[in-house]
Amino acid sequence: MRIFEIIGPSMIGPSSSHTAGACRLGWAARALLDEPLETARIELHGSFLATGDGHGTKEALTAGLLGLAPDDERLIQSPELARAEGLAIHFGEVDLGPQAHPNTARIHLKGSSRQLSLTGASVGGGSVCIQEVDGLPVEIRGTLETLVLWHQDTPGFLARITAVLACVQINVASIRTSRLERGENAITAIEVDGSLPDEVSALLRKTPAIARFTRLPVLPGS
Amino acid sequence: MQYQFRTASQLLELCQTQSVSVAELALLGEVENGPQSREETESRMLEYYRRMKESVQKGLQITERSRSGLSGGDSRRVLAHSTGPHPSALGATFERSIAYALAVLETNAAFGRIIATPTAGSAGICPACLLIWQEERQASDETTMRGLFTAAGIGRVIGLGACFSGAQGGCQAEVGSACAMAAAAICELDGGSPEDVVHASALALQNTLGLICDPIGGYVEAPCMMRNGLFGLHAFGAAAVALSGVRSIVPFDEVVSALREVGNKMPRIYKETSQGGLAATPTGLRFFPRRPKTDP
Repeated sequence: MRIFEIIGPSMIGPSSSHTAGACRLGWAARALLDEPLETARIELHGSFLATGDGHGTKEALTAGLLGLAPDDERLIQSPELARAEGLAIHFGEVDLGPQAHPNTARIHLKGSSRQLSLTGASVGGGSVCIQEVDGLPVEIRGTLETLVLWHQDTPGFLARITAVLACVQINVASIRTSRLERGENAITAIEVDGSLPDEVSALLRKTPAIARFTRLPVLPGS
Repeated sequence: MQYQFRTASQLLELCQTQSVSVAELALLGEVENGPQSREETESRMLEYYRRMKESVQKGLQITERSRSGLSGGDSRRVLAHSTGPHPSALGATFERSIAYALAVLETNAAFGRIIATPTAGSAGICPACLLIWQEERQASDETTMRGLFTAAGIGRVIGLGACFSGAQGGCQAEVGSACAMAAAAICELDGGSPEDVVHASALALQNTLGLICDPIGGYVEAPCMMRNGLFGLHAFGAAAVALSGVRSIVPFDEVVSALREVGNKMPRIYKETSQGGLAATPTGLRFFPRRPKTDP
């Protein structure tokens, strides 16, 4: 347990889960889209839906989509900031069932060339867990830099990726691949210690079977 | 790893063998285990202390009610009374401490910036206690900020031995932890030994055991705000008693175990679900954002 987990985080109130965590979910979605955002639709589940209004949950999610950190004092003005940027954000309701974490949001983003959908929960104290990206299960917490790869499920894929990371002396903290069917689209999320050097991107661009990849930084406010 | 501890008895042993204060041990442990240097860690803590003071000042300016209608303007009222013709028999400082803690929670409810210490719902206690200490002792920010390292050392023992979250452990885990941390900070800033510090924390924490988390309407406002206001005084009391040489019958580590046990056995309706306690009273229910329609 680190000192600034006890004294901190520095955040805009009122709730670490409904405000700070919500902001970080939006921030992660923007980073994973990894291109200019045009429209967003966000569905709220459970306690996010029931008590989100009083806790600024929508403003916090919007702030995150604009790239604001959880302690940015403009957080509560985020709807106006989004309008000024010409960004349309629509909110709706969803019931993800009793198994879903009470503070869950499902985010659909449309960028200039691609779309992204993400389901994530704010699990307490501002911590988050992204559970699904583009319909595939993941477990991304954003406490470490995370390399996210969209790729085809092919033999030897992970060996090639880990070889790239070995070349640049990067230690893997966790790795998870998921797919719907054998040989189809897959997502791999790799949490690493430290920060990936720039040459990794160049090497990954030459790796076959990768549709795209994103380096998700440590989420702000850690 | 030379400066790592998980319990108060380990903390006390390290303070003795290394001849350091609780604050210094917490700082050494953080630097030893993390990416930031001593200077970076100290300057971040100083920045956090200044943000805490800003959150007090900002809250004292608030006159409007919050979105929920549950709070707003109370810290100003208490502060004004403290400077009026008939302050409390315990003195104006007593009331000012209450006002400062309320102010932080009012800032929080008004979408202002706070430092969650250890949580947003208990963020008023440490700033109020430290700012009052600073004013009364006429100390610098740099000196006063040391208290936050003491608080972090004690917080670590609670966080590792129990938890900070109201959803897991009830209000005792939030406000109780904040009280223990603030009592430790004041005690050490006033010259207490590591042993005094640990007893101050034990005394503060044991008097919050059983405190339920029953936020009205699910908002971090009532009773949270007043819990911060009044439990800040409790932290001052525990620090003074420990500095007098009085000892807690039950050692701090065992109080933390009791906190965990009570938290685990506490019914879910009392753990931030707003299904029991003050939240479920007829008046509390009126503030629910999506309460069932009772009108025909």
